[in-house]
Amino acid sequence: MELLSLFDLAVLDSTIRLATPLLLACLAGLFSERAGIFDIGLEGKMLAAAFFSAAVAAVTQSVWLGLAAGIAAAMALSAVHGLASITFKGNQLISGVAINFLAAGMTVLIAQDWFQQGGRTPSLIGGGRFPPITLPFVDAVRGIPFIGPIYAELISGHSILVYVAVLAVPGTWWILFRTRFGLRLRAVGENPAAVDTAGVSVVGLRFAAVAICGVLCGIAGAYLATALQAGFVKDMTAGRGFIALAALIFAKWRPWQALWATLLFGYLQAIALRPDIIERALGFTVQVQLLDAMPYILTVVILAGFVGKAIPPRAGGEPYVKER
Amino acid sequence: MQKMPQWAEVVLVPLISLFLAAILSALVILGIGEDPIEAVNLMITGALGSTYGWGYTLYYATNFMFTGLAVAVAYHAGLFNIGGEGQATLGGLGVALVCLMLPWPHWSLALIAAILGSALFGAFWAMIPGYLQARRGSHIVITTIMFNFIAAALMNYVLVNMLRPAGSMDPATERFPEAVHLPSLHDVLAVFGINFSKAAPANVSLLIAMIACLLVWILIWRTRLGYEIRSFGKSESAARYAGIAPARITIITMLLSGALAGCMAINNVMGEAERLVLNAVEGAGFIGIAVALMGRSHPFGVFLAAILFGFLYQGGAELALWTSIPRELIVVIQALVILFTGALDNMVRAPLEKVFLAMRRAPKSERKTQAAE
Repeated sequence: MELLSLFDLAVLDSTIRLATPLLLACLAGLFSERAGIFDIGLEGKMLAAAFFSAAVAAVTQSVWLGLAAGIAAAMALSAVHGLASITFKGNQLISGVAINFLAAGMTVLIAQDWFQQGGRTPSLIGGGRFPPITLPFVDAVRGIPFIGPIYAELISGHSILVYVAVLAVPGTWWILFRTRFGLRLRAVGENPAAVDTAGVSVVGLRFAAVAICGVLCGIAGAYLATALQAGFVKDMTAGRGFIALAALIFAKWRPWQALWATLLFGYLQAIALRPDIIERALGFTVQVQLLDAMPYILTVVILAGFVGKAIPPRAGGEPYVKER
Repeated sequence: MQKMPQWAEVVLVPLISLFLAAILSALVILGIGEDPIEAVNLMITGALGSTYGWGYTLYYATNFMFTGLAVAVAYHAGLFNIGGEGQATLGGLGVALVCLMLPWPHWSLALIAAILGSALFGAFWAMIPGYLQARRGSHIVITTIMFNFIAAALMNYVLVNMLRPAGSMDPATERFPEAVHLPSLHDVLAVFGINFSKAAPANVSLLIAMIACLLVWILIWRTRLGYEIRSFGKSESAARYAGIAPARITIITMLLSGALAGCMAINNVMGEAERLVLNAVEGAGFIGIAVALMGRSHPFGVFLAAILFGFLYQGGAELALWTSIPRELIVVIQALVILFTGALDNMVRAPLEKVFLAMRRAPKSERKTQAAE
């Protein structure tokens, strides 16, 4: 039964906490890439959102204003990405790289200018953070064996953004697969010429997708700085944007699979923090570095087509030119 | 038909992009309450005002030449290699193994072996994404990004568990032996009677980097392989009809690209640190992207752009030292250069092309009216 300690409630709880930003960023990338706009700037958008949400929350003591600022910052970078890759038909990958660096540099520059604390914001207290939410009936259910603790410890007691992220999964599924907008959005990522012929604006649809991507990245960044941690520190996204990108490929650009993929990668992050548990459960040590690298290795294996084939949206990465 | 004369393509477009990036950077400096002109003055004195400053500028420039060439070579084949960071990391491992495992009688022999070692390791790290793109159809950008992270984890493991000397807490190798110490520019220039700062880290690797620029130029424009790489990059289908095997070119190009990125390690690991530390590359792999874009993927352009970024790097360090402007300003400038010379290229190019087309059309229409008369 030692193996079960790999899945004890504390580890699973931090899995959910760590998977949330990955999930939000992954869904953000899903919207963008399904519309044919590759986005390797998820990292930068999350970072910008993390900083501006923490900065505004620290100054105003209102976490909701912080969230709004975070979303606005991520959307501003989305607008740059859209301008470069849709309006000016530039290289989407290069634009994404530029956005990552822009965010990495500007956040520290502005943080230093505003707060003079070496590129960080003041620690958030009180109203500056998203508090954990206790779901109803927790006390009534707690006594029930197995289900009780899972509900009370694992499902209840997260910040509201965690529930937003989970609800965003069916939301994304519904928008993409059950609405006219979603059909067109997917079509514009597969065959923009057909969408154009049908009289629907390719540019408009792609900007809409990039804007949604900005909103979700904004929430992801705000979650990092105002819920998972209490304030912004330099480079606090720490590659999460790229793990989200990996999860997106792992999920083959589908929302429910994105949830499972981000939970898996979140679990890898959570278990990497507890080497003692691994050793106790398995009887040998697993290198932390291997756990760190696992999402990337898994993604490469998937990409290589050894375990199922990951086929990206067909028009992904190519600017749409009306007449060839 | 070429819409613009060659000189406008090669000189004007990059200069305008650079100018736009510079204006925005100046606005950023103004925005954080500092004086941009004063900042530029400080950067120039700090980076170019002494042989010490030059020594650092050229040291950084050497790194960026290697990584810039790596991105440029791949770009000619239509491949976007973001993996320079990981390839240079692995190159460092190659250099460290060469320097530590064998007793070298003289630095020159060690240097040759280190070049081979770093190129081999870097090429290996680029080969896997290259192979996966060529044979399994996985996107090279994504795989090279993933390989950057895998390289970081691998290096962490190797340094902590294998190469760290017993009893040391620092995740780094032991110091390389004195015999593999590379001559600094001070030593080289002293032969010609020129006095150069002794403290600066610029070393003979600079010459290797310049030779690499020349070799890449020969490769791309004077060899059959270079021709194949370029035609593959321009049009894969045309190249295929011409009998060029896409998989072969993809893998060979990535091998060359990775080897160039890996070679950076002779400068930063062997020339400067003289031991292998964690995160030795410090983002130089990514700056290679900006350098290649700025230099229009031409080796001479890469050479100039690398010196420009070397200047920005050293100047930025000086700024951080003397003013309240953090070093991250350089990251912002780097981002703006990538944005304007890369992603927003059409924003600069399209209006220019219109201007040149209008200029060309005007005299022609005059001629027509004369003929009619």
